[in-house]
Amino acid sequence: MYRTFTRAAAAAAGLSLIGAAPALAQSIDEKVNQLFASSTGWFVNFIFSPFPGTSFPWIVAWLVIAATVFTLYFVFIQFRAFGHAISLVKGDYSDPNDAGEVSHFQALATALSGTVGLGNIAGVAVAIGIGGPGATFWMILAGLMGMASKFTECTLGVKYRNEYEDGTVSGGPMYYLTKGFAERGLPGGKILAVMFSIFCILGALGGGNMFQANQAHQQITGIVGEFPGWITGVIFAVVVFAVIVGGLKSIASVTEKVVPFMGVMYVLAALVIILMNADMIGWAFGQIFAGAFTGLGVAGGMVGALIQGFKRAAFSNEAGVGSAAIAHSAVRTKEPITEGFVSLLEPFIDTVVICTMTALVIIISGQLVSDPETGLYLVTDSGMIQTADGSSGVSLTSAAFATAFGWFPYVLALAVILFAFSTMISWSYYGLKAWTYLFGEGKSKEITFKVIFCIFVVIGAAANLGPVIDFSDAAIFAMAVVNVFGLYFLMPIVKKELHSYLARLKSGEIHKFH
Amino acid sequence: MSGKFVVGYDGSEAARRALDFAIERAAAQGGAVLIAHVLEWSPYSFLTPTELEERHKRRREELERAETALMAPVVKEASGKGAEIESVIRYGRIAEVLCEIARENGAGQIFIGRNGHSAWGARVFGSVASALVQTAPVPCTIVP
Repeated sequence: MYRTFTRAAAAAAGLSLIGAAPALAQSIDEKVNQLFASSTGWFVNFIFSPFPGTSFPWIVAWLVIAATVFTLYFVFIQFRAFGHAISLVKGDYSDPNDAGEVSHFQALATALSGTVGLGNIAGVAVAIGIGGPGATFWMILAGLMGMASKFTECTLGVKYRNEYEDGTVSGGPMYYLTKGFAERGLPGGKILAVMFSIFCILGALGGGNMFQANQAHQQITGIVGEFPGWITGVIFAVVVFAVIVGGLKSIASVTEKVVPFMGVMYVLAALVIILMNADMIGWAFGQIFAGAFTGLGVAGGMVGALIQGFKRAAFSNEAGVGSAAIAHSAVRTKEPITEGFVSLLEPFIDTVVICTMTALVIIISGQLVSDPETGLYLVTDSGMIQTADGSSGVSLTSAAFATAFGWFPYVLALAVILFAFSTMISWSYYGLKAWTYLFGEGKSKEITFKVIFCIFVVIGAAANLGPVIDFSDAAIFAMAVVNVFGLYFLMPIVKKELHSYLARLKSGEIHKFH
Repeated sequence: MSGKFVVGYDGSEAARRALDFAIERAAAQGGAVLIAHVLEWSPYSFLTPTELEERHKRRREELERAETALMAPVVKEASGKGAEIESVIRYGRIAEVLCEIARENGAGQIFIGRNGHSAWGARVFGSVASALVQTAPVPCTIVP
């Protein structure tokens, strides 16, 4: 979703602050940065450290290995259950008497609005910009594997959620780590749950909040020109406050309706561009396959393409991070496994469809410059592939779409702002759930977290907080360390559920209602 | 022909007229009236995470409110006019659910009131009446 591109973007936000505030504020800012960087740098370095002698971060390997293990353990469940997942989303198996309860579609749509965002637009551009077209192949592969991780965590999320007397529910890794470990007689569930919750709060404030605010501000300044980031921050914070504290449903429901519309529109625009260049589709896939195994001249060759692709998929769809398990827990179903099936569509839509669209548009629109004689891509000193107008990140995606529709960058900017907003709303909820897990439920405790969250919106939009963003990204991946570790111990429970469900589906005990 | 009539009821003036009209007919032939209230709902709408969490609770509250504020008074009032009165509350698309209720209960007719949208308004927002006449499994009476 985030951890996409650019420290330069964050730096630009910092510059705007300099423009607005006296040097004093700047030096305070620097001090905060230095203090924060020196005290948390070890953690960031640890999480993102590469295997010795390579540039391959171990955390990416951790997620890809987990996805592979779950894929094999559940015997390619993402392909076997794909059709059934679609039936479930359509409501074929929903009891009509449950109308008015949360449907599979609604749980999926809400979880998706938390993951579809900057990563799909800007992050892919970075991956392609460094790893070349070949990165797309590895990204799709990792996205397909990640479906099995989502399946595992979301099944557990529903199975071990808390259902309270007033009818509300709370679910997520902190609950299945505690209850699932206890059920299997394993020690340490509570410790894992507490660790997960701490990382989740930090990740929510950072990647799910500050980074989003920061990037939204970049988009706005890109259109109206430079102005201080705190202005964007305050506006965003007021709107977020109105939604999460004031319960202002109208804004939230407008966003929740506009965001899917934007997502569909983005994919349609990409499809139109691809079809307009139908004669290039074969060539583009040729580049993707050739690039995947040779690199076509990119920095690091085949391994370079592979790292970029894997990284992008893992960062974009959050499979294994545990965040989606929180969102999926509210569905109305007697069978936890059904939500697992539905959730495996999430990495498919996020990575295999939307990210791939972005990649194809960038490749087909000819943004990447290659040597006409050798067919190899030209790489700049910084390790990036040379682009037609020198752009990278979100501006590369923007430029690629602008080759077909001159007005598209404006729509894209609006989409990024809305995606950023909906991601913030989702993560404010994930953070809140972790917060109440640690400190207990209660109005004043919830308000405390929500106010902190809004303050961080302003900080995120206003300041150059590179180290803070690094740290919060690291926190999100630390969630994955804890979550995946727990999933390995809990996956036999999911397998039991799966076998029981499939047997009853076969016998006709579980049947379609429509 | 079955003696049961389904009446779509939402508390409006028009619904009231439809109900009175149906009761009169049912009483004349010694039949029953099933007052149906449908809460508009689509399983394909988009909700925030907080709305998801509270959905079950809200649903319960909505059903309670519909029962106490809307259905209980009207059932009380409609009883004793010569027709047997029953009531039902459901979620879904109004026209679709009314058809389902009619089918499940073996009803002979559906009655609804017309809320008097202009033709243009009905075209834009869709109209329960026109959806119903297109799809209903039994005869429909639209009471103006």
